[in-house]
Amino acid sequence: MSILINKNTRVVTQGITGKTGQFHTRMCKEYANGANCFVAGVNPKKPGESFEDIPIYATVKDAKEKQGVNASVIYVPPPFAAAAIWEAVEADLDLVICITEGIPVRDMVMVKDRMRREGRKTVLCGPNCPGIITPDEIKIGIMPGHIHKQGRIGVVSRSGTLTYEAVGQLSDLGLGQSTAVGIGGDPVNGLKHREVLELFMNDPDTDAVIMIGEIGGADEEAAAQWYRDECRNKKPVVGFIAGVTAPAGKRMGHAGAIISGGKGTAQEKLAVMEACGIRTTKNPAEMGTLLQSVL
Amino acid sequence: MKIHEYQGKEILRRFGVATPRGIACFSVDEAATAASELGGKVWVVKAQIHAGGRGKGGGVKVARSLDEVKSYAGQILGMQLKTHQTGPEGQTVRRLLVEEGADIKAELYVGMVVDRATQKVCLMASSEGGMDIEEVAAHTPEKIHKVFVDPVAGLTDAEADAVCRKIGIPDGSVVQGRAVLQGLYKAFWESDASLAEINPLIVTGDGRVVALDAKMNFDSNALYRHEDIVAMRDLDEEDAAEIAASKFDLSYISLDGNIGCLVNGAGLAMATMDTIKLFGAEPANFLDVGGGATTEKVTEAFKLMLANPKVKGILVNIFGGIMRCDTIANGVVAAAKETHLSVPLVVRMRGTNEDIGKQILRESGLPIIAADDMADAAKKIVHAVSGQ
Repeated sequence: MSILINKNTRVVTQGITGKTGQFHTRMCKEYANGANCFVAGVNPKKPGESFEDIPIYATVKDAKEKQGVNASVIYVPPPFAAAAIWEAVEADLDLVICITEGIPVRDMVMVKDRMRREGRKTVLCGPNCPGIITPDEIKIGIMPGHIHKQGRIGVVSRSGTLTYEAVGQLSDLGLGQSTAVGIGGDPVNGLKHREVLELFMNDPDTDAVIMIGEIGGADEEAAAQWYRDECRNKKPVVGFIAGVTAPAGKRMGHAGAIISGGKGTAQEKLAVMEACGIRTTKNPAEMGTLLQSVL
Repeated sequence: MKIHEYQGKEILRRFGVATPRGIACFSVDEAATAASELGGKVWVVKAQIHAGGRGKGGGVKVARSLDEVKSYAGQILGMQLKTHQTGPEGQTVRRLLVEEGADIKAELYVGMVVDRATQKVCLMASSEGGMDIEEVAAHTPEKIHKVFVDPVAGLTDAEADAVCRKIGIPDGSVVQGRAVLQGLYKAFWESDASLAEINPLIVTGDGRVVALDAKMNFDSNALYRHEDIVAMRDLDEEDAAEIAASKFDLSYISLDGNIGCLVNGAGLAMATMDTIKLFGAEPANFLDVGGGATTEKVTEAFKLMLANPKVKGILVNIFGGIMRCDTIANGVVAAAKETHLSVPLVVRMRGTNEDIGKQILRESGLPIIAADDMADAAKKIVHAVSGQ
């Protein structure tokens, strides 16, 4: 089993006619059950056309009606990405994964506010994230499929390549993954560490979790405190936080990776995680072996 | 993106926030002319750099005659102003703001950021203006009042008035205080700011509420819809290496250590820096080549790192996903040859086409040190640089 997505998920690609959307749709279609999962694309100007046998519709709503899609992946350029998220939310999909990097924060504040205000049930993952993969079933996003291995470890992370690093270490140790979730590096986003951790805690096929964070915000602390209060001793969780060496006030690539007002340092996050029963390492080469040691 | 105080005040005035009258100047003569134009008997001569703490560093002076204006302008222009935000080398002052003096009765603080937890704009206000607000937050957090603004309704009259009263704006000045807070919010929201601060916001002897300072930073992802703000960019205030990097779509930040690092992905780049530190050395930079690195991009990245005289070794850490290791390997070999690389180079590669990438490096004839994992790579470069 898995969380969020599995071999029965039916996906619509928003931005399927762009270069990035085409490349990654092709890669996802070739992975595991992808050919049965990637069933629709959206471009308001090209309804009736198709991309490599995937029919294109004018709207997400049309794609849902015609193909029964329940999830969307977004590669739409930043100025239009928030509107694309809203279109998928308005069509009442279960899940929207927004890969697009560089969306203005104000656009995300508006779309998240509207989702809350209208009590929408759609789960948003991202933006600025690598996506989600349930190994050997389905990959929705831009991660390299071949480094993954089916298994019972959950992975949740704010960064792309650092997720691959953790997954690679696990697979090398023979530890497969139930699902790996990239929640993205933006300050205003959808799924947080805490919510993904909760999904993993309730998933009968996940035995342990690697939680990877980075400087900025307090999401890792919130997840750790929730774990301490609700789930300690249920399943082991280990963690790593990137950015011990990052200076205050400098944005480290990701829009959300910045230490400001003395808050959001790696040291603080690591201390809170340890205090809440999450074993951490300062050596990112040891994420896999640390997880192995708590099984 | 950051702007100067005088530019921040221009934006705030457009949204109805009262500021002292002032004129931006680039020379002593301009400063003297500005003071005459402004009239009055007291002027403030303020250094314009993209860093706070200017007063303590000697960059803000009160002048009581035109001669004093000239003299202070002469002192401040061209000085290396050192503040807690500039680093030890300081920042050269190239611009001044000459303003009319103000009759200060109370100094307050107001600021705005996007709060990640509530995903709303947060207004922060305090009666303790003029001080370092981080100190206030650390020692007397009860003196900071917060309002999380509803993005549809905006900052309401009732919310603004309540904040004014909490920070001690007298009843007779609350209407003016409201105009400042609502103006600040509109300026923040409509210009896609990431930070807006007025410290101090003052109440004058005659009860006016005036922004004596203005600091604004902007969301770089939203600059495409704000040409007027992009025009305010002052490249003199930015790190030359970071500007050069941005031209090649590289995310680069200068740091103080001596090991250059080139990585794909922001999280992995930070983790690589951390690993270098874990094994006893310091990184010279953060450098994310992104997902679509080409040979040209890698070469430019090498040039950037090597332009820093402190760099005594380079660590390349790549997790190939969509980007293939052989592409990076070709880039590394070309860059090492083109830059006549003379410092140790450690390369760690994982992921797509890793074997081909390693073969390219081996067969290049270059003295590249191969590493198996991040820790091994960090140990090897630290060892090579320490010359043991």
